[in-house]
This record gives sequence, C-alpha cells and structure tokens, in this order.
Amino acid sequence: MSVDVARLPEAGRWRSLYDFYVTTMRTAIASQLQYRVTNYFYMLGMIAEPVVYLVVWTTIAKDQGGAVNGITTGEFAAYYIVWTLVRNMNIVFGAPFWEERIREGRLAGDLLKPMYILHYDLAYFAGWKFVVVVLWLPIAFGLSAVFHPTLSPTPLEIVVFIFAIWGAYLVRSMFQGTIGMLNFWTTRGAAVFDLYIATEMLLSGRLVPLQLMPGWVQTLANFLPFKWTFGFPIESLVGNLSTRDLLLGLCAQALWIGIGLVLFKVAWSSAIKRFVSVGN
Amino acid sequence: MSSLRVGWLFLRMGVINELQYRVNFFVQLLQSLIQVGTALVMLELVYSHTNALNGWTQPELLSLIGVQVLLGGFIHTFIQPNMQQLMQDVQQGTLDYALTKPEDAQLLISVRMVRIWQVVEIVSGVILLFVGLAGVENSIGVGDAIAFGIALLIGGVLVYCFWLVMTTGAFWVVRMENVLELFEGIYQTGRWPVTVYPGWLRYSVTFLVPIGFAVTVPAEALTSRLQWPTLVFALGFGCAAFAFTRWFWHFGLRHYSGASA
Repeated sequence: MSVDVARLPEAGRWRSLYDFYVTTMRTAIASQLQYRVTNYFYMLGMIAEPVVYLVVWTTIAKDQGGAVNGITTGEFAAYYIVWTLVRNMNIVFGAPFWEERIREGRLAGDLLKPMYILHYDLAYFAGWKFVVVVLWLPIAFGLSAVFHPTLSPTPLEIVVFIFAIWGAYLVRSMFQGTIGMLNFWTTRGAAVFDLYIATEMLLSGRLVPLQLMPGWVQTLANFLPFKWTFGFPIESLVGNLSTRDLLLGLCAQALWIGIGLVLFKVAWSSAIKRFVSVGN
Repeated sequence: MSSLRVGWLFLRMGVINELQYRVNFFVQLLQSLIQVGTALVMLELVYSHTNALNGWTQPELLSLIGVQVLLGGFIHTFIQPNMQQLMQDVQQGTLDYALTKPEDAQLLISVRMVRIWQVVEIVSGVILLFVGLAGVENSIGVGDAIAFGIALLIGGVLVYCFWLVMTTGAFWVVRMENVLELFEGIYQTGRWPVTVYPGWLRYSVTFLVPIGFAVTVPAEALTSRLQWPTLVFALGFGCAAFAFTRWFWHFGLRHYSGASA
C-alpha cells in the first residue's frame, strides 16, 4: 500500500474541517427550522428598526421635494430593505452569547472539543443564516410592496454583495467575539457592549446612510471596521459604486477579518488563562 | 388591600436584593447615557434636514423621546423582569411554586421581580422630558398635566397587558424568549409620533402593540395636541385590554400541566 504520509495529514485536515462545517451548518438548519415562530419574533422585532428609519427619512424626503442629500424615497426604501438582509447576516456569536456560555458553564464542555473554538460558532451561525434568509424572503416582498424600492443592481454588484454579506458576517464575528472576551474579566460588560453597538450604529451606516452624516464622520468611518459590516454591503447592491470601489471594499473586509482574527486570538489566549471550571 | 400589601412586600424584597449589586447602578447609568446619546444624535440628524416632522418641532419631539425613555425605564424596572421570569418558569416547570401559593397567581407573577437600577432610565426620561418642554413655545396647563398623568398610567397598563398576553403564549410555544427582541424592536417606533407612520403601521403600533397609546398620547397631552375624546377612548381601550388579558391569562393557565409532578 502506498500512502503519501507527508501530504495526507494536511489534506485530511482541510477535508475534515470542510466536513465539520457542512455537518454543523446542516445541524443548525435542521435545529432552527424547528423554531420558526421564535425566529420570526426575532426578525419582526429587528425589522422595526429599519422601518422606523425608512418612514422618518421618507417623510423628510417628501417634505423636501422627494430627496434628502440626493437620496430619493425609492433609494431610501432600497437601502433599508437590503439593510434587513444585511442585519440578519450580521447576527453573530457576540458578546452576550459569550456571557451566557461562561455563566451557564457550557464553555468547560466546549473546551474539550478538538477544534479551535471559533469554528463551532462560525459554522453554527453560518448554517442558521440559510434559515434566516428563507424566513426573510416574505418580509422583503412585503416591504417592497409597501415602500417601492428603486433597485437595479448589475450582475457584478450582485456577486460582490454575496461576498460582502459573508465578509460582514466574518468581520462582525471577529470583533464581537473579541469584545466577548471581556466576560472573562467582568460580569458587567453590558455597558461596554452597548458602547460598541452605539459606535457601530453611528459609524456603520446602520442608523442612516453614511452620506447623511457629516464629512468628518464619513472619513472616520473609512478607517474603522464598522462601515464594512453594514454600509459597504448595502451600498454594494443599492449604491452606484465603481468596480474599483467594490473590489477595494472586499479587500478592506478581508483586511478587517485578518485584524479581527489576530485580535480575537490574542484576547482568547489571554482570557482563557483566567477561566476556572467547577463541577462534574 | 391584601394584593397591595403583597405587591409592596415583593417590591421591598426586590429592592433589597438589587441593592446588593451597587456597581450595577454605574453600569446602568452608562447604558442610559449611551441610549440617550444615540437618540439625540438621530434627532440632530433629522432636524438638520427639516424644521418640523409632521408638525412636531425638535423640542416637542425631544419631549416625546423623554416619554418613551421614561416608560421604557418603567417597563425594564417592573414589567419585563417579571415576564422573563414567567417564561423561564413555564419552560422549566417551576411555575408551580407561584401557582400553589394562596394569592392571586396573576398578581404574584407580575410583582415578583424588580430591577431597581433601571430607575436610572426613568430619571433620564424625566430629564429629557423637562429639557424638551423647556423649549416648547406653548405653556402647559393644569389640564394638560392631568391628562398626561392619566395617559401615562393607561400606557403603562396597556404595555403590561401586551407583555402578559405575549408571555402567556409560552403555555403553547415553549421558546418565547425572542418576544423580548420583538417588543424592544417595536418599542423603538415610539421614538417618533405614530402619525408619521403609514396607516397599516400606525394602527398596528396603536392597537396590536399599544406604543401609540403608551407614548404618543401622553406626549400629545404635554404639547397641547390631545383631544379629550382620544383620552376617553384610551381609557376604555385600557380597561378592555386589561379584562381581555385577565381572561387570556386564565385561559392559558388551563393549558399548563406543570413539569415537576
């Protein structure tokens, strides 16, 4: 029997990682499909936020003759309807989940598993996205019927958008996970999480399209990770970004995923030293 | 009288329990500052593009946000913790402990928990309300103040009813924890007057989720917009909602078989 012993472990490692992701994602889909009501509750609560923004800006746009800062009512509708999908994709294993995992003692069990902890969360939440997108479709149709979005993306924009929403998922996973490490030092990290979310709301395009923000805010947003989790994915589909801007945006996401991963690894290696598990 | 005494006793116990965690006060203070700060930024952004939103000036809308934050504080202090506890009890079968006590079960499950540090949010709301009212041109009469008090009370009752009806759903749908996200999301609609919203949404956040009655109506009273028939209607709606909630609670309770037996 001739086996390339030097290459097999590496190939086997990637293969098993792939199998692990596929299996975990399928498990997540099967599991979450059972909880359709609670998933819809979450989603309905979540879409209230963009609908409020949309109604307010549409009202102002109508008062101003049909547009605010060049954004028409149809473009506002497109922005906030795509927002709902991006927001769904942006739900990650964040800081509150870390708090719960530590408080309820589940981390001890997770540490016994053979792979790096991030894989379990990334894979499960990635699988959940498929359920979320299916449940989101009727909501998107309903919102489109009511608010009449102006949306005519090119094939390139659609392709970039598909990559961008997964990029946003990864960027947010890394940074939320890093913030979650705070739970190893304090049980009162809620205020810090809120501060993070408030900063994200202002600098990401979540609250309003960044075009409506003062110039210095727009400039600042370019140098922080937040814009790449909301504003960029939305703009890649509804805005008129040039091919160069679209590709640069994907590169910026890749850069922030890398930075976030390094930050998470540093925080995790430091945090886990503080973890003490008691029980059977 | 007995109900009042039980309620007061639970309130004192809840306060004493929470006072052990004094750092939570500062955490809550910081959270409230962040919440208010974000709302003010949005307000500034909106009024940098317009002078009035559906006839509401910036100080008037600030008053409305004050009412929304104030009522939110009341919900987070008294209503939400009890409803979350109820959901958990139904899931874990520990509701039996409340049901077997010789007092009205609805009363018990409604007053068991108090998160006293959330009062910071109520104070933040009151401050916003006063700052907003200071900028409103029309002076507030005694009638307006009384109408505001009544409307706020009705709003509190309506929000309690909504929460209890939704939580009672836990007797049928076990995983109801996302109802919190549902309410928190929809409650954000209260930051703007319901008249801004299109008809379908206006009626939804007035009658299905009573944010309109709970936030906009009190704010209308303070800005001299409220018509007395609206207040009378709100009072009638509040009484009907309370009666329905009481019936629905008992109806749901009949579907609870417990888990500890």
